[in-house]
Amino acid sequence: MAQRSDITHKYLRAKKKFPNVWCAGCGIGIVMGSLIRAIDKLELDRDNVTLVSGIGCSSRLPVYLDFNTLHTTHGRALAFATGVKLANPKMHVIVITGDGDALAIGGNHFIHSCRRNMDITCILINNQIYGMTGGQFSPTTPTDSHAATAPYGNKEYPFDIPKLAMGAGASYVARGTVYHVTQLDQLIYDGIQKRGFSLVEAFSNCHTYFGRLNRLGDSVKMLEEMKKNALPLKAAAKMPPDKVQGKLLTGVFCDVEREEYCDRYDALIQSLQGK
Amino acid sequence: MAENIRLMQGNEAVAEGAMIGGLRFFGGYPITPSTEIAEILARRLPKVGGKFIQMEDEIASVGAIIGASLAGSKSMTATSGPGFSLMVEGIGYAYMAEVPTVIVNVQRGGPSTGLPTKVAQADTMQARWGTHGDYIAIALAPQSVRETLDLTVRAMNLAEVYRTPVTLLTDEVLGHMREKVTIPEEGELEIINRQKPDVPASWYKHFEITPNFKSPMASFGDGYRFHVTGLTHDEEGFPTNKSVEILAKLTKLRNKIMRYLDDICQIETDGMEDAHVAVYAYGIVARAARQAVQMARARRMKVGQVRPITIWPSHDKKYKEIFSSKNLEAVIVAELNQGQLVYEVQRLVPKHVEVISLNRFDSELITPAQILNKIKEVR
Ligand SMILES: Cc1ncc(C[n+]2csc(CCOP(=O)(O)OP(=O)(O)O)c2C)c(N)n1
Ligand code: SF4
Repeated sequence: MAQRSDITHKYLRAKKKFPNVWCAGCGIGIVMGSLIRAIDKLELDRDNVTLVSGIGCSSRLPVYLDFNTLHTTHGRALAFATGVKLANPKMHVIVITGDGDALAIGGNHFIHSCRRNMDITCILINNQIYGMTGGQFSPTTPTDSHAATAPYGNKEYPFDIPKLAMGAGASYVARGTVYHVTQLDQLIYDGIQKRGFSLVEAFSNCHTYFGRLNRLGDSVKMLEEMKKNALPLKAAAKMPPDKVQGKLLTGVFCDVEREEYCDRYDALIQSLQGK
Repeated sequence: MAENIRLMQGNEAVAEGAMIGGLRFFGGYPITPSTEIAEILARRLPKVGGKFIQMEDEIASVGAIIGASLAGSKSMTATSGPGFSLMVEGIGYAYMAEVPTVIVNVQRGGPSTGLPTKVAQADTMQARWGTHGDYIAIALAPQSVRETLDLTVRAMNLAEVYRTPVTLLTDEVLGHMREKVTIPEEGELEIINRQKPDVPASWYKHFEITPNFKSPMASFGDGYRFHVTGLTHDEEGFPTNKSVEILAKLTKLRNKIMRYLDDICQIETDGMEDAHVAVYAYGIVARAARQAVQMARARRMKVGQVRPITIWPSHDKKYKEIFSSKNLEAVIVAELNQGQLVYEVQRLVPKHVEVISLNRFDSELITPAQILNKIKEVR
């Protein structure tokens, strides 16, 4: 499925925006492929899809795709997306964001979007660093890892993204990686289909900064490491805790039914208008 | 019609004007002294199928109204100084991305948290220069409750026509004082909606540079699938680093407002033909100025009044004409701040005309007597 470039080309703004800004081997392009395949499989009317992003390498993704695309300010994608969705609840609103964008400067919007439970799909590309600005540490940089602003190792503790999203009330929470593409396609597909706020963490590689500063090798090496380190939640459930320690858990962390915000607001309108 | 006459607050008048003007989306965060606007609209908007949302902060509020406007809804937020400070990021975005939005700032005393329940006009310059980068702001300032209603509608109209954020600058006293207002009949006030494209999608450029600098605006969902960004962009909305395209974009943003000053700028003058002294003041202070001018005239002093209704942009040419009135010797600039618009006036008067600042920033209003005393000092 990963090589279906005919599908991909159907959705690219091919004549307009290429070459792209990403480093060769960057995982963000893989996430873009997964997103396209998920949308194609869902047969969404592309006039009815809006991609909203913030600022960062990850947030550059929407410009390449032929949908309604909204590249906002750093951290605010979810706030803009909330306005688009509530003003036009029929729109499929998909937010593309990075770990810095969503969890540092946009952390407040992130938790409140989870809580509010609007039907928005948030694809958070977690490369554990600020790529665009040159490798400074982010809220998901592991403790003691190196970054441009953590030359002696990171003194902070990282967010666990699925736990944060679940704690804040998201209806659907999942994590995949850019190595496990078939799974990522499926998680994004399910996330878009879910009625309510869904968060899909796409674990990705920034070999240019995170890889280089931590001697993790090139993108191939980093992808191989993802392959080794990822552990499906279902498998983890059957393993002793010490074997799970330090693994990157993947799969669906939560999938619950909660009435969606726009539906609730629409019901209010109907009742006030006596319909 | 008696039922059309109501005693209402300035903040209620904003909400009333917003409903008349066709508002369909309000995103906000509570702050004194603006909160009533949100509270009223939370009640009224869903009744007409509109949307109200209380966001997690003012940055989110302005983001939400930009998103909603792009989705086709007339959108607004309301705040006061501390919230306006947070909103300037989004206001700059709305300007760059040419998204019609209205931001109401019910001014209170600052700086910082300042005086939540007291009046001030200290955000006058912030309304002009709040966001980073070169920028042409539009800001309107009413002096009465009825005018608050009218200018709310006008702010929405200007936002739609010029595809830009428009600030309505009121203040704590105007927002909370009650006056008798005749609610306009349907059709009495002009309501303008943004121009939509009528070309096929393949021809559409969301940021087209046209001879009159106005570009039709499609909404997300209309089938045009355009790109919007705060990065400097070409006519289709795609980021550019080409100096020719950068210049074209930034010049368009400027021209689309500066070429229409006659439409945008409202200035009221009174008795300027033979005035030796003029009092220049906006908003709530203009009312004291009016009284002071009348008192002075009753004492046979030749005093006139200038009241900017459109605070920004400045219609330099018009002001220069007004201030070159042949007998004019001095202009008193009365403001509830430490001196902001006075620099504008200094810039626009002939050399021989003296500009005198009358400032109050102890949280109380400037009184007619204070202004009259200043007039007497000059004479
Ligand atoms: C208000 C503001 N602060 C800082 C920046 C600079 N900036 C641009 S991208 C970025 C970090 C992006 O990191 P992340 O979201 O993890 O995305 P990545 O580039 O790693 O994909 C920062 C700090 C900005 N554009 N705006
Ligand atoms: S800097 Fe990192 S995140 Fe950005 S494009 Fe390069 S590899 Fe990807």
